Parts: sequence; structure tokens; C-alpha cells
Amino acid sequence: MKSYNLTHLEELEAEAIYVLREVAAQFEKPALLFSGGKDSIIVAHMARKAFWPAKIPFPLVHIDTGHNFSETIVFRDDFVRKIGANLIIGSVQQSIDEGKSVEEKGFNASRNVLQTITLLDTIEKHKFDCAIGGARRDEEKARAKERFFSHRDEFGQWDPKNQRPELWNIFNGRKNIGEHFRVFPISNWTEMDVWQYILKEKIEIPPIYLAHQRNVFIRDGVIMSTSDFIQQRETEPSQIMQVRFRTIGDATCTGAVESDADTIEKIIEEVAAARTTERGTRSDDKRSEAAMEDRKKQGYF
Amino acid sequence: MEKNSYLDMELLRFSTAGSVDDGKSTLIGRLLYDSKSIFADQYEAIEESSKRKGDATVNLALLTDGLRAEREQGITIDVAYRYFATPKRKFIIADTPGHIQYTRNMVTGSSTSNLSIILVDARQGIIEQTCRHTFISSLLGIPHVVFCINKMDLVDYSEEVFLTIKKELEAFSSKLEVRDIHFVPISALNGDNVVNKSEKMNWYGGSTLMYLLENIHIGSDYNHVDCRFPVQYVIRPQSDDFHDYRGYAGRVAGGVFKQGDEVVVLPSGFTSTIKSIDTFNGSLSEAFAPMSVTLTLNDDIDISRGDMIVRPHNQPNVSQDLDVMLCWLSDKKIFLGGKYAIKHTSNDVRCIIKDIKYKININTLHRMEDDKELKMNDIARITIRTTKPLLFDKYSRNRITGSLIIIDEATNETVGAGMII
Ligand SMILES: Nc1nc2c(ncn2[C@@H]2O[C@H](COP(=O)(O)OP(=O)(O)OP(=O)(O)O)[C@@H](O)[C@H]2O)c(=O)[nH]1
Ligand SMILES: [Mg+2]
Repeated sequence: MKSYNLTHLEELEAEAIYVLREVAAQFEKPALLFSGGKDSIIVAHMARKAFWPAKIPFPLVHIDTGHNFSETIVFRDDFVRKIGANLIIGSVQQSIDEGKSVEEKGFNASRNVLQTITLLDTIEKHKFDCAIGGARRDEEKARAKERFFSHRDEFGQWDPKNQRPELWNIFNGRKNIGEHFRVFPISNWTEMDVWQYILKEKIEIPPIYLAHQRNVFIRDGVIMSTSDFIQQRETEPSQIMQVRFRTIGDATCTGAVESDADTIEKIIEEVAAARTTERGTRSDDKRSEAAMEDRKKQGYF
Repeated sequence: MEKNSYLDMELLRFSTAGSVDDGKSTLIGRLLYDSKSIFADQYEAIEESSKRKGDATVNLALLTDGLRAEREQGITIDVAYRYFATPKRKFIIADTPGHIQYTRNMVTGSSTSNLSIILVDARQGIIEQTCRHTFISSLLGIPHVVFCINKMDLVDYSEEVFLTIKKELEAFSSKLEVRDIHFVPISALNGDNVVNKSEKMNWYGGSTLMYLLENIHIGSDYNHVDCRFPVQYVIRPQSDDFHDYRGYAGRVAGGVFKQGDEVVVLPSGFTSTIKSIDTFNGSLSEAFAPMSVTLTLNDDIDISRGDMIVRPHNQPNVSQDLDVMLCWLSDKKIFLGGKYAIKHTSNDVRCIIKDIKYKININTLHRMEDDKELKMNDIARITIRTTKPLLFDKYSRNRITGSLIIIDEATNETVGAGMII
């Protein structure tokens, strides 16, 4: 008899598409959070697949710190145009200008935390009842605790000690007015799965994921890109190195790794041999032991 | 790791179970550590927290106990998911809590797994929570159970202790429907028989836990016989190119659908044939569980979410009256005669609790027919009547079309997990 089995990547894709369709069916006004990073790119890619030949039935939302790698923004606009999606931008700069957020000061200043305020503001302004994110459980220990359908109260807060049971693949998206859900279609994917999928599907990604020459400096052992948004200390001289990024967040808190991997195949070899997690280069996670959990409780991605 | 082998590796989803402090999280930490699946920065982070707390050794449970409250209390509260791969298989682990208060999270973590590791503290043997979790695993239809008799280091690695507990577990399990049972004596703390064979238990001739995880035969978990396609979403592109396109998107819940197959749409009963099985990457000649595809039919029929596409000669049960084995997950009691919302496949209905036939005594597995008070963590057989007919199979026949959840309409909380009998 013929064997009816999917490979694990096919199974993960089928799961993500199922989740995305569940969102379209259960919510009135969902949105897909799109940062231009690899995880949100593959979620958007699968959203295209899920509703084809129709267009993605919800807008993409970028919470823009204004501190981006310019390559990411070029990529974002190009991507959105190609798939004919509707892009909504929530601006952290605007939240600061309106007095809703206060800019951090000093050498380690970052707008990472401020994103939460802008994100919740954007959700409220557009009356989104569901925000789809590209977070994966293997990224971080608090994310390892997330449900696919994760409930948020009217303040946008996550209550990790009191999550709804989530049984089989039956998702309960019922909520009261003012509450919303965060939904994570690629919960079960690892960094390796993401790269294998990008290779298999020939998905375009921002060029800074691949090895390139860059002007950088070293802070606390982390390679940071020089930029207008970061103050360098005198003890932190600039230098040119061959690097690539494993994650793309805000330019002020995302470190690079030294690498010669200039193709997806080489990245996969590098990931297979990696001895640190991809978020090991994220200074936003290192602020305290429960940094991610605390931010998530407030409503962070 | 070989690129090609990675692409077609088998996937095993497993979960841990057993009473509080039996060593589940420590075991998962040990498994990850000894199989070299821990990253340097993760290890440094838990090494530092262990030191700060004054622990003599690195507490491997911190790898999964990621919440602040869990670290403070030294217990697991909610499921943590971890991922690792060996050259043989790819694994998704759900490390679940043992505390009775968090049983709902144990059910959550186990509901999607195909192997359950149930830990027993060698000093205590079987206790109520061992029975509860073993029973829940069997109710959930998890095909493989591995009992790990843990903390063997605290009973001098005694064979006698192991054999006594094994015997008790065998007696208990014989009353359940678990297809495949294994027993391994381990020390999660020291790593005996986890990944590496123990030097202290030469009397044990069986496999290590890792060997079992890598080699237990896992056939497909899905039903490939009875064709079931719950319609999830209707795709109607508003574009000129696809003006008349009408696709029924969903995930195959059972059987194999082929282009040209004659089908019936339930509950309407209209028949048609499959025109195409569409995906973004092109049309397919067939689709099977758990694929997500879009079906188009040769006739214009009114179909919406909640309907089910099946084959004419193999149809599911259609009824408003159902018998269900229920795990009650809420701290509010269930109301006999109460009304609740139900989610079943892509269907939303309401139901009334008609009867609580019996509750199960977790320790003896006896039926308690005159105890009708269903509280948190109780398991019972109940009868419900739904507002409209459900299209279902027995849970033992199909885990997708045979499962449902019960929702409290006032709070929107998921309060019950039901397996249709
Ligand atoms: N001596 C000894 N101690 C162990 C062993 N395994 C676990 N422990 C200890 O038992 C305690 C509880 O371990 P955990 O791994 O947190 O237990 P758990 O089953 O995950 O507990 P919950 O998740 O809260 O239900 C810790 O202090 C461990 O160090 C073992 O094999 N030998
Ligand atoms: Mg634990």
C-alpha cells in the first residue's frame, strides 16, 4: 500500500496554513504583524498560500521604531508591492511626538520597549481583534509557553499563569469587546526549519541575513552595526567586518555574527553547527532574566 | 547534519506526565543536555541562575521552567514546548506540570502528542496523580506510553524497587487501552539510562529512554480510510482572472480525496464530484490528512464553514445527541441542565448537559454512578444535546472528528475537553 506521510516541513506548513485560515474565519478584523524579518516573511508567504487565488484577507502591520536597517525597509516596501497587500505603519516616533512614549537615554537606549505602546495603540486605533505574529516557541523560554491562540485582556496583557487550555487543534478565539488575540502560526518551527523552508520555497529575504562587509563596533562582546541611532563610547572604535544577522530587530539592540555564509545553503550549515541561540545576539533579552516574559505581559510581540 | 536527511525526517511529538516533583522537567533538561541539544548561552543562563539560588549543581529543570513564577516556586505551571533533532528523528516535546491544580495544562500538552513519558518517583511508587495522568493519556488515545521509574539513585538503584513498581503499573494499565507500554529505571538527575546506559544498574537489560524515543515504531497517526473534509473557509477571489472561482479551504481530517471523486456535502446531502484539489503551488491529484488544501466542485452548491465534504458510501454520524467522555477543566462546577458553547471541527454550536452518567474513580477506575457532581479535574461520561446536528466519528476512530471542546459562554473560557464515544 502507498504510504501517506508528510515530511515534517510539509506538516508544519499545513499546520500554519490551518491556523491562518482559522484566524480569517474566527475574527472580524485581524492583522498580520510584519517586521520584514525572516519569521514574519514566511508567515506572510504562507498567508498568500492559505487564501490563494484570493489575496490575503487582512492588512500587514509594521510597528516601525524608526531605527531600522535601511535594507529592511526597502525590502518591506518591495514585498508589500509584489504581493499586493495593504500595509499599515504604526510609528514609534509618532507615539513619542504625541507624548505617549518617552525616549530612553544613554548608551544602551533602545526603542524596543516603546514598541509595545505603539503596537497596542495601533491595535486599538484600527480596532484589530487579532494580531498574527511570527514568534516561535524555540526562540526564548517565555515564548516556549505560548499557545497558538493567545488571549489578551482589554489592556493588551498576557496572563501566563492563567492561559486557556488549548486542546488538539481546536482553537477558541472567543472574547469580550476590547480584548484581542495574538496568534502564532509558526509556534512549532525552529530556526533550522525556517531556513530549510526559505531554501525549499525560494523565498526572498533582506540581504543583511547573508554575509556582507559592514561597519561595526563591539559592545559587551556583541557586534553592533554603527548607525545614527546608537551612541558609541570612545572605547568602542568602528571597524569593518564580514558579518550577517541571525535576527533582524531594531538596529539598536540587534547584534551581528561574524560569518562567511553568503548563500542560504551556507547559512543552513552554519545554523546546524551553531552553539548559541539566535536571540543570543539580542541585548533586549539580556536586560534581566525574565525580560521577555515581562515585556510580553505588557503586550509586547 | 545532512541536508537531505533533515528534509525527510520523521517527527515524534511526546509529552511528559506524572506527579509534581517526580522529575519531568529535570528529565527533559537531561535529555537535551546529554544529546547536546543545548546552546552555550542557554546553559550559561541556567548555570548562573542555579548559582544565584545556591544550588550545588546546575538545575536542568530551568531549561523548561521559563516563567518567573515557575523559577521562584521550583514547579512547572504551564506547558513548555522544546524542540530537538537527532540524526534519526525530529522531536517536539511538551513538558507539562504535575501539580493537580494545573491538570488542564497537562491535558493541553498531551492532546497533540503521540507518546507519553510518565514519571514515577521510585521512593513513592504509584500515587493518585500517576493514575490520573495515565488514565488521561489513555483517554486521549496516545498510542505509546513509557513509564520512567525515576530517582533510582535515592533507592540504591534497587532492582526490587523497580520490579515492584513495574508490576503495580502493569496491573493498573491492563484496565486501560494503551497499545504499547515500556518501563525504564532512570535517574534524571544523574543521567542514568536517559541517553547513556547506566553503570549502576547492570541488572537492567532494556533500552535507554533515548533509544526508545528514536526507535519506537510510529506509523501515521492519521486516519487514511474515512474521507472527512471539514470546510474551514470559503475562498472567493474578487478578481477578473478568477471571477467564478469558489474554493473550499480546509485541512483533510481523514481519508484520501482524489480529483474526480464523487462526494456528498453534509448536512445538505447534495452530491457532486471533485473538480480540482488546489494549492498555491498547483493542483494535486490527491490529498490526505493532515494536508491543508482547497477543493473545488463541479456543481454549484451552497457550502459554508462548518459543512463537511465526505464520500457517499462512508459517512460520519449525524446527530444532536452525543455521549462524551469529558475532562472537566474549570474551577466552576458543571451544571446539569446547563447550556454551553461547543467547538467541534469547524463548527460552532450550543449544547445542553442532559445527563452525567457516571464519574470515574481515578485510583480504581471504577464507575461512580450516583456521584453527579463534576468538579475540576474530574472525568465523567456525559450526554449532551446540541442545537444542531454534529457530523462526527468516534474519538477512537478519528481524533479530529471525534473531539470537541466545551466553552463557558459567560467567560469564554474553555472548560471541558470531550472525546465522543
Ligand atoms: N535525587 C534525585 N533527584 C531528582 C531526580 N530527578 C529530579 N530530581 C529532583 O526533584 C525535584 C523536582 O524536579 P522537577 O524536574 O522540577 O520535577 P517536575 O516533575 O518537573 O515537577 P512539576 O513540573 O512541578 O510537576 C528537583 O529538586 C530535582 O532536582 C533524580 O533522578 N534523582
Ligand atoms: Mg516540571
